[in-house]
Amino acid sequence: MENSYKSKTGIIGYGASIPHMRIKVEEIARVWGKDGLRASSGLGIKEKAVACIDEDSATFAVESSRIAIESSGIDPSKIGAIYVGSESKPYAVKPTASIVVDAVSATPHMTAADFEFACKAGTAAIQTCMGMVASKMIEYGLAVGSDTAQGKPSDALEYSAGGGAAAYIIGPAEQSIAIINDTYSFTTDTPDFWRRQHAEFPEHAGRFTAEPAYFRHVISAAKGLLEKTGTTVEDYDYAVFHQPNGKFPLRAAKILGFPESKISQGLLTPMIGNTYSAASMIGLASVLDVAKPGSRILCVSYGSGAGSDAFSITVTDKILEKNRRPLESVMTLAKKDVEYIDYAIYAKHRRKIKSL
Amino acid sequence: MKRSLPLLWRRINERYNLVGSICQTCNTPYFPSRKICPKCRRKGKLISQKMPNEGKIFTFTQVHAAPAGFEHETPYFMAIIQLKNDVKVLAQLVDSPVEKVKIGANAKMVFRKIYEDNHEGAIAYGYKFKIV
Ligand SMILES: [Zn+2]
Repeated sequence: MENSYKSKTGIIGYGASIPHMRIKVEEIARVWGKDGLRASSGLGIKEKAVACIDEDSATFAVESSRIAIESSGIDPSKIGAIYVGSESKPYAVKPTASIVVDAVSATPHMTAADFEFACKAGTAAIQTCMGMVASKMIEYGLAVGSDTAQGKPSDALEYSAGGGAAAYIIGPAEQSIAIINDTYSFTTDTPDFWRRQHAEFPEHAGRFTAEPAYFRHVISAAKGLLEKTGTTVEDYDYAVFHQPNGKFPLRAAKILGFPESKISQGLLTPMIGNTYSAASMIGLASVLDVAKPGSRILCVSYGSGAGSDAFSITVTDKILEKNRRPLESVMTLAKKDVEYIDYAIYAKHRRKIKSL
Repeated sequence: MKRSLPLLWRRINERYNLVGSICQTCNTPYFPSRKICPKCRRKGKLISQKMPNEGKIFTFTQVHAAPAGFEHETPYFMAIIQLKNDVKVLAQLVDSPVEKVKIGANAKMVFRKIYEDNHEGAIAYGYKFKIV
């Protein structure tokens, strides 16, 4: 098989969106009579980002896409495909992608769809855009991962489920701030986490979510990519892993042999919680905020159900050109102007009160 | 409360991207868009035009008794934003701490939910502003 897509495409622009409200894990633990410090250190999460009552995965998708287009410098009418990955769509039936099409002033003469694969739907959208750009079916594609995840009150997920989005303009390698050298995926039928039609909150398989689910898929995809590209852990300056909590990505790094210093820049979950489809994509955005030309990045997503997409990325000198990075870095978005709320205000904004 | 779907749909460009109009004869921008330029009357020629997405607070008020559909957001600020082309837009302020809400403060457009018809109806999205 001819690998004609290899190193043919890359990231032209990127953007992230993180809501400004935060709730501390200790505050959630207080409500349910749990030891706050233990809950927080057990998960490796201090606080999580919370969507306001007027925010959802569509508003985050639009905000991050607008920033990605701005940093790409491209005319939005040249975008040939928009794909939005999410597991918390505002409509069960009606695409979020069509909202993004109009909100970024793109042309209606394009294709668009929503992708679903738990937390890896956004990286699946990147892969789709890579193939379409490499085959010259489109000039540029916009891939978004966006979620306002919900956890059942008092469930373990409630401590970690945050909100946010990241968007990437995928285009020809020669215009890219970072070239995607290759991608590799690993997929199996693993029932670790799901939400049935009409169910408000997802169900998960507790401890089963670790070894046979997250670790098996993340490690297999990462090793598969290293083997396919003939690279080793030492070749990479940064690694980003899907981050359902602050602990799993650290352990994945350790299993693969990455020192913590290579993953801290892309580890946002301790500050903003698990942003689901956006998690690895926001982490990658944070790395692009600081990476130098020539830096190599390994990025591995994970979606329950289950699968992982791994990417080998090399930063180009175009990243140093004026305005090719967003005005505000991911770390700034994560820390600037945050408003801390208590559980009652949180319950109102997340509509956990029945009458809302 | 049930609202008009055709109206919601017709206003998407206006609400999503601050698309108004500009008179090509006298160069005056209008938002919301107009069909006739009050300055040029019959000589006017109006075309669709995107307004700048940044401006300054011209004046504001804090809302404590909100209209139906906005009850859960009180108290919130409504402001008249003077955009960079001097057009004035009435909009809700979000993510803006009380101490930052001042006349002359810089504000930027953000994309938010405006209202929804209960849990089963359509959702209207559009512009709000935030102090930057
Ligand atoms: Zn006129």
